[in-house]
Amino acid sequence: MSRIATAFSRPGHKALIAYVTMGYPSIADTLRVLPLLQSAGCDMVELGIPFSDPMADGTTIQEANHVALQNGVTPQKCLELASQVRASVDIPLLFMTYLNPIINYGADRFCHSAAASGIDGFIITDMPPEEAGEVAECARSEGIDLVYLLAPTSTAERVKLVARKASGFIYLVSVTGVTGARKDLPGHLEKFVSSVRKETRQPLCVGFGISSGAVARRVARIADGVVVGSRLVQYMAGSDWKGLEAFVKELRQALDNTEA
Amino acid sequence: MISRSTRFPLPTAGGRYGIYGGRFVPETLMAPLIELEAAYASASSDPAFWNEYESMARSWAGRPTPVYHAKRFTAKCGGAAIYLKREDLAHTGAHKINNALGQGLLARRMGKKRILAETGAGQHGVAVATVCTMLGMECIVYMGEEDVRRQSHNVFRMKVLGADVRPVASGSRTLKDAITEAMRDWITNVRDTYYMIGSVIGPHPYPMIVRDFQSIIGREAREQMLAAAGRLPDCVVACVGGGSNAMGAFYRFLDDEPVRLIGVEAGGTGFGEGGKSAASLCRGKVGVFHGAKTYYLQDDQGQIAEAHSIAAGLDYPGVGPELSYLRDVGRVECVAVTDEQAVEGFHMLSRAEGIMPAMESSHAVYHASKLAPSLPQDKIVLINVSGRGDKDLDIIARAAMT
Repeated sequence: MSRIATAFSRPGHKALIAYVTMGYPSIADTLRVLPLLQSAGCDMVELGIPFSDPMADGTTIQEANHVALQNGVTPQKCLELASQVRASVDIPLLFMTYLNPIINYGADRFCHSAAASGIDGFIITDMPPEEAGEVAECARSEGIDLVYLLAPTSTAERVKLVARKASGFIYLVSVTGVTGARKDLPGHLEKFVSSVRKETRQPLCVGFGISSGAVARRVARIADGVVVGSRLVQYMAGSDWKGLEAFVKELRQALDNTEA
Repeated sequence: MISRSTRFPLPTAGGRYGIYGGRFVPETLMAPLIELEAAYASASSDPAFWNEYESMARSWAGRPTPVYHAKRFTAKCGGAAIYLKREDLAHTGAHKINNALGQGLLARRMGKKRILAETGAGQHGVAVATVCTMLGMECIVYMGEEDVRRQSHNVFRMKVLGADVRPVASGSRTLKDAITEAMRDWITNVRDTYYMIGSVIGPHPYPMIVRDFQSIIGREAREQMLAAAGRLPDCVVACVGGGSNAMGAFYRFLDDEPVRLIGVEAGGTGFGEGGKSAASLCRGKVGVFHGAKTYYLQDDQGQIAEAHSIAAGLDYPGVGPELSYLRDVGRVECVAVTDEQAVEGFHMLSRAEGIMPAMESSHAVYHASKLAPSLPQDKIVLINVSGRGDKDLDIIARAAMT
């Protein structure tokens, strides 16, 4: 069982997945935040490799990508950082990025180095399963899970395709939109999650727009996990470590008490 | 009806042109793109759709645009005879109207009421705004702040037409960033919005759709050359940013093996040390961005580079996947012309023929002026004058001062 699969194996436990952009606001901050995320109750962390033109991201993560690039964060640097992070935490780690930096690095070489750095999975925003040829094969041979996304616009046919191809978990995009903290989530979320549930036994995690314990609780009642990104990045922007820790703990509590 | 190249029957399944093209987009856009592909397959096999397109292209957009034998320009350059395909005379002043009209009719057929577009020089934005007005649709145009500044004339035209022009402040504040922002809007509003991409770029089926609507340029030009000169041109020269006027001009000549097809990219300030360009075919690396695998200008870490060209419409770090393929197999040649040379091209044609080409087209004009003298007088060079230069007079005036 992969490290990611293990994270979903405790009955009733809802996974809390954090996203941080590597090297934002600084490289030191990335190294500092990971143990904090783990101890505050995260089950998994997505490590964002910055890209110049993050098409699916809202302003918060766009800015984080921009600053990280200015800080000299390259894919090579991310692999090194992942190794360092891996030495300080034992929860699953995923790389989240866009395809071009990986192709440029060389898909084979990148998968190999990522596995050696202790990376457990990839989420590649602009790589649907149809276009995964180059990466899917080497990821599989290195034991790296490939998490695909599904969106409210995905047809029944696409749900089946993604269910067949995804490994680790399936990332459900809560809204038709880009990443970013939102006050609430659309009413049709329950219907969306249950329609995917009918097609697969893979864990389903919902992301985009999770900004409070109340929203996380609502999502956790129907899904196996929640992903929180932009709101965390906002705490990091202000180096608000206390606020960040309190926020993660609030989410943890919400996920542990979904009946409340 | 649209007729396709038999020598290059592309794209293949999944929107591939050899290794190029494809559909590298966030999941949210996958189903809408598949829906668009089906809608276009239905429209493009419907004679009534093409009849309406042809009829509107004639009576509303001013087609066919003429082919003109530029005798004074030919004499000035010396060598091969130079003919001009006059896309500058099309409604709104550039070839962009061909695609905007076609996609507008497609969007209406799909029942979409909100139209989204990006623009660089503003020619595509103006064409989209014009089509939306004619079809009674809402129009939103994303445009980089830098382009809003240097093409203010076109911004005003779009506003007069009732379009909502949204300046984009991220990245290089040019066409690349306008496309990225338009895609974010599309991701957010995809259910009721049609994204009218302006060049032969982006995810499948866009490169094919835009090429098909633009191929009217080469179809007319081929017939007009046969009528005017009794034979096909030896070379067709077109500027390449994303590549829509080039694909449009070249497409009907793909199967005419002896006809050389030459794409002229923006060499910017040159390829020397510190030089910045927008020449993705000449200088780019294969990558994935804006939904397609093709040549992109990028740094050694795979970050997309900021392009540079004096011509806002060429100022894009990528190029259409079909052009990448045709370049690789040797069917299309590619060269680059610098900012300074393009300005020279602008003045040469303006003074010789009383035709002011757009800064974009001026790249093709300059290259043709060097190509023609290298060929004997019985050869023919056809330049696609993709647009008119009125929008560029500020740029020309500034260039004259430096």
